[in-house]
Amino acid sequence: MAKAFLVLDDGRISEGKSWAAQGITFGEAVFATGMTGYQETLTDPSYHKQVVIMTAPHIGNTGVNLADNESSKIWVAGFAVRNPSTIVSNWRSEGSLEDELIAQGIVCIQGVDTRAITRHLRKRGAMRVGIFSGQELSREEMVIEVRKSGAMSGAFLVGDVSTPKTYVVKAKGDKKLTVVALDLGIKSATPRSLAERGVEVHVMPYNSTVEDILAAKPDGVFISNGPGDPSTMDFVVEIVRQLLEARMPIFGICFGHQILGRALGFSTYKLQFGHRGINQPVMDRTTKKVEITAHNHGFALTAPLEGVFTTVYGHGEVTHVSLNDNVIEGLQLLDAPAFSVQYHPEAGAGPHDAAYLFDRFIELMEKNPVNH
Amino acid sequence: MPLDQSIKSVLVIGSGPIVIGQACEFDYSGTQACRVLRAEGIRVILVNSNPATIMTDPEFADATYIEPITPEFLERVIEIERPDAVLATLGGQTALNAAIGLHERGTLARFNVKLIGADVDAIERGENRELFRDIVSKVGGESSKSIICHTMDECFAAAEVLHYPVVVRPSFTMGGLGSGIAFERAELEQIAGAGLRHSPTSEVLLEESIIGWKEYELEVMRDRKDNVVIVCSIENIDPMGVHTGDSITVAPAMTLTDVEYQKLRNLSLLIIREVGVDTGGCNIQFAVHPETGRIIVIEMNPRVSRSSALASKATGFPIAKIATKLAIGYTLDEIQNDITKVTPASFEPTLDYVVVKMPRFTFEKFPDADPRLTTTMKSVGEAMAIGRSFPEALQKAMRSLERKEAPFSFPTDVAEFSKEALLRSMAIPTEFRLKQVQQGLWLGATIKEVYAATGIDPWYLNQIETINTGARELARAIALDSDAILEAKSLGFSDIQIAQIRGMSELDVRQMRHHLQIRPVYKTVDTCAAEFEAFTPYHYSTYEEETEIRPRTKPAVIILGSGPNRIGQGIEFDYSCVHASFELRRMDFETVMINCNPETVSTDYDTSDRLYFEPLTLEDVLEVIYAEMQAGPVLGVITQLGGQTPMGIARALKDAGVTILGTSPEAINMAEERGAFGQMLADKGLTAPSFGMASTHQEALDIARRIGYPVLVRPSFVLGGRGMEIVYDDSSLGGFISRATDITPDHPVLVDRFLDSAIEIDVDALYDGTELFLGGVMEHIEEAGIHSGDSACVIPAMTITPEQNEEIRRATLKIAEGVGVRGLINIQFALTDGVLYVLEANPRASRTVPFVSKATGVQLAKAAARIATGTTIAALKDEGLLPHAGGATPRGVCVKEAVLPWNRFRRSDGRGVDAVLGPEMRSTGEVMGIAATFGESYAKSQISAFGPLPSTGKVFISLADKDKKEGIAPAKALQQLGFTLIATAGTAAFFQENGITTAIVRKNSEGPGLFGERTAVELINSGEVDLVINTPVGRGTRHDGWLIRTGAVQRSIPCITTTAGFSAAVAGIAALQKGALTVKSLQEWLS
Repeated sequence: MAKAFLVLDDGRISEGKSWAAQGITFGEAVFATGMTGYQETLTDPSYHKQVVIMTAPHIGNTGVNLADNESSKIWVAGFAVRNPSTIVSNWRSEGSLEDELIAQGIVCIQGVDTRAITRHLRKRGAMRVGIFSGQELSREEMVIEVRKSGAMSGAFLVGDVSTPKTYVVKAKGDKKLTVVALDLGIKSATPRSLAERGVEVHVMPYNSTVEDILAAKPDGVFISNGPGDPSTMDFVVEIVRQLLEARMPIFGICFGHQILGRALGFSTYKLQFGHRGINQPVMDRTTKKVEITAHNHGFALTAPLEGVFTTVYGHGEVTHVSLNDNVIEGLQLLDAPAFSVQYHPEAGAGPHDAAYLFDRFIELMEKNPVNH
Repeated sequence: MPLDQSIKSVLVIGSGPIVIGQACEFDYSGTQACRVLRAEGIRVILVNSNPATIMTDPEFADATYIEPITPEFLERVIEIERPDAVLATLGGQTALNAAIGLHERGTLARFNVKLIGADVDAIERGENRELFRDIVSKVGGESSKSIICHTMDECFAAAEVLHYPVVVRPSFTMGGLGSGIAFERAELEQIAGAGLRHSPTSEVLLEESIIGWKEYELEVMRDRKDNVVIVCSIENIDPMGVHTGDSITVAPAMTLTDVEYQKLRNLSLLIIREVGVDTGGCNIQFAVHPETGRIIVIEMNPRVSRSSALASKATGFPIAKIATKLAIGYTLDEIQNDITKVTPASFEPTLDYVVVKMPRFTFEKFPDADPRLTTTMKSVGEAMAIGRSFPEALQKAMRSLERKEAPFSFPTDVAEFSKEALLRSMAIPTEFRLKQVQQGLWLGATIKEVYAATGIDPWYLNQIETINTGARELARAIALDSDAILEAKSLGFSDIQIAQIRGMSELDVRQMRHHLQIRPVYKTVDTCAAEFEAFTPYHYSTYEEETEIRPRTKPAVIILGSGPNRIGQGIEFDYSCVHASFELRRMDFETVMINCNPETVSTDYDTSDRLYFEPLTLEDVLEVIYAEMQAGPVLGVITQLGGQTPMGIARALKDAGVTILGTSPEAINMAEERGAFGQMLADKGLTAPSFGMASTHQEALDIARRIGYPVLVRPSFVLGGRGMEIVYDDSSLGGFISRATDITPDHPVLVDRFLDSAIEIDVDALYDGTELFLGGVMEHIEEAGIHSGDSACVIPAMTITPEQNEEIRRATLKIAEGVGVRGLINIQFALTDGVLYVLEANPRASRTVPFVSKATGVQLAKAAARIATGTTIAALKDEGLLPHAGGATPRGVCVKEAVLPWNRFRRSDGRGVDAVLGPEMRSTGEVMGIAATFGESYAKSQISAFGPLPSTGKVFISLADKDKKEGIAPAKALQQLGFTLIATAGTAAFFQENGITTAIVRKNSEGPGLFGERTAVELINSGEVDLVINTPVGRGTRHDGWLIRTGAVQRSIPCITTTAGFSAAVAGIAALQKGALTVKSLQEWLS
């Protein structure tokens, strides 16, 4: 097996062995702490341009299958694992992870001290990284290459991951409502969660106009998760403002939450190393209950943590807070039908504790009918 | 929701003696509970009959009752103490059953005591199979098809519906006691029959077989605000059919996708809500069909369990501690995660390592027992290992078991036929199965073949194959270079294994490795996969880039633990290690614990300053010592507290340059080497029983005739009483030699004079080089010949005169001096015909140290740790750790009784194993009775160990000829106490001559009489006998005695097999008849 190196932009180099595709890849180094769900992680568009370091030591045990994909392809820029499986063992499996990674040309590295790298990123913060697999570069050359690659701050990536044209996910059973989902990097679990609740979902490209959206006669608009820096999303922020003006029920998650926040006049900032895992405790302040949730975000919103805040669309409040570090995880407007959470109620991968948020969205739409 | 202010005092119920299925994990959880409650300012009242626990140390509760855990005794305690609440969810099934008993007696209502942790309804819903099945189906889950039965006829009818094989599960028993798989009618009769008897509600469940399915367990916690978290998922490598306690298990689950895992998680949440466990933990077991994914919910325990302890150690999430906080009102989000200090307990731990637990069996102690693993748990202990890959964790776990044959081996000369044989044998689960799997794959069996034979998930088989491939590459490598060693190390190979594969010595491998600067690094168990900084130094080794050991300035003392529980080495040694750690921390040393037993208090991350969860092999221990020496000053290593395990490597540690604190390896050797020890005794004018070593049959006979029968014979190369037997004549000696040994000059047989009716005495003492402190002189109740671990004993000694006591003190001093002890020593003496014989000396903490400490209030293990670190006994007396005047004084009369696991084992023909005591230790645990008189104390010990002695009824007596004389007095006494005596003809005739009238009952060998008179065995089986006294005549199933004893064990009738035990039982019964036994807290006894 060829040698491979994981090179961070601060000069830290870990030697491992090549795995899956050989070559060079760059991205933002992030660690993900889920013990299950590597397939969902790999196919989550929010990981676009990121090199994911898995803290779980054994990856690939259950192979891959079509049903568990969160989108049509693998999005990670690179993948670092401790022990990839050389066998697939699961009754639902349709192929091996390594074959899939090779087929999609994903450069990976194995056998590195993933815990040491994670600790390093925790202390130093997320940074650029390169994986060099089967290459003849010196250590200095590799570091220089990494430093030449693009940074995540200021990156506009939604254009890469959004659907080029609208598609419709039919409601399961009787159709109760119609929702337009603005695809900024949507996972298939989201329209599925809505469809299971009788919602017909029109998944639209990120650059759809308000007219495009209203043409679908939606009862509400969903703003999806997605990759990149939320500060680059001014045109979507503008659309959201117009929808708020029109009292359109809105539900945003992750990137969508940050965009709703920006539409309300709040700013976003980059977290030291982000939240990426499926064990994150979040308190719903409206019920005082704790939910264990799936996270994947490197940015977060700045807003008043306590009390009611005022926006041009009326009053609002922070509804959800991370119990680990008090990061704002959700907010709602009190005078307009809009709310959002920073995490992933659709799970995939992760616990289903937050699935009630889809019910809240439906309730919100039912209480706030839109006149078309 | 903060602390419930209405709770000012809590009664914590412990789990009693260590038995199979309920071991020291409940000391760990109970100790945590006591600590939490006291930290909250709540008065803690504790009831536990097990003196070897940390939780029963007087400083862990405000009132500690070492009393039987029965509703009757608990009620007496409640009457005195009037607690506000009872916490029963941390003391295993014993505590839970006792709490239900308190509810049913109306005690809880009468004294207005609330049950916290789980209420009666939740316990019922979780434990009652019918109610639980309803809950499962209500939440959309599936149970295996099953039928509840209360009689044998119902069982037969049910089996017709479900089709064989059927699984039998009795209600309200623990560790799967009484459960099994019946393949046909006769087996059903036997298993379900026993199950109906074992179940307190005479109820068994018959269910469709899901043997071979994948098995998972989820540890769940819920608070009163309905926040629920999953602490850990555990996957069994052994598929359904082997009790989870006997299975090799892995955390986290390795072969589930997120979609499938979330299904189990969702079901767990729904079930815990529906059952209504609202302030605590529970575990839920699932079976998953390997080809369809169909999920069956097997069962739940609405309490902290063995798996909870494992999950706590595996994740760093202290389930018992948090369950206690939840029980007194807190919610998960209000509790801090100790390890990260900044995040709350309302999260789900995530692991960046793999944990493997392996069970430790002791079938060699029960040669009659069926070695097949079933749904009845049979293992007596477990080892856990942590690694950064499954192969590494697995291989570490296997060497943690401390069995030479356990680790994988890679023979070079292999015969083709053995692959088939292995495939056949691995199809039947035994303790050797994993090794058979590895050997089978090594010999070329395919993963498919092995999967077909065992049902072990192919992923695990592939991992084992990876280990085999690693061995092959290691063997083929041209040189043992850095790459080759690192590759092997990352797969978990030990230096010994590498040495075997490369044909070198272990030392050579180690030297080469160190020369190449290949050392393990130490990672941290931090609950969060490094997402947050960890403040708790709970470490494990692996071979990777970065180590996380922090430098320190204080001198460290490294304490070696005792490894997995086994018969002869259990919780008592952990107790001593924990005490040493507490005491040395108090003295401002930095204590470092090394151990691999997940059940223990010693492996709690806040017991010592640093915890290394590592195997206790020379290699692993040396590496920890090296790492700690890099981190700061190390004073030395304490090896005398963890039993035989650390003693066994003390010499090699010293040879490697390690400072051994306290008793030196030379002294250990002096005590263990018979020649040198004998010489020392002779020099000091002490007497030992004569003995000889025979390398031929004839020599053995010669020695036996010279020293006189009876003699104690045993193979010289085994320890712990293994294979020991007492023989009374030439022919039985011949029988032993041909049956039990292959006597050769290389494998000689030891022949010792057996002191027939001697009184055996156990002494625990401290010695610092100049002064002796006599900790306790215990007198065995059973006469010499019964292993000291299986014998009941009493302190103060009842029949020893002050002169004899002084003689014992002098002899103890001479031996401590002669051996060169610095710390604890345990000596066994025998007293007969006015002569004090020295049987053996162990210069280390003994099993009886905690018992003596509880009886006298003197902390012997703490003192030993201090002596080992250089403090004199005189100084310890000055500071008050040891009492000034004289030695330790027992308060009240304290009886220790051993608990035996007879009901766990069956022979291959399905019949019980013989319940007879002998020179080989078989007990798994012990209880203590404490009272003002011997009779009361003994009665309490019997109630704690075996259930109540009868106070009226029918006693069956059958004595061996040699025992008949001794039986007269107690038999007479029993008659005077109003019992009806029945006896077999011989015993009856003898009694008649001595003025005792008994009814005659037929021997089993005589068969029923002409008029249908029933035999003794039939009477016992029909439940008409209340007490059985049977002293063994000989071994083997042809004897009546075997049928009598196994019958009694199966019907849970008290069965006494020695005349000394008979006399003690009569004293106990007399005490019982005098009225209710009183209870008194240890604090009162010691004040």
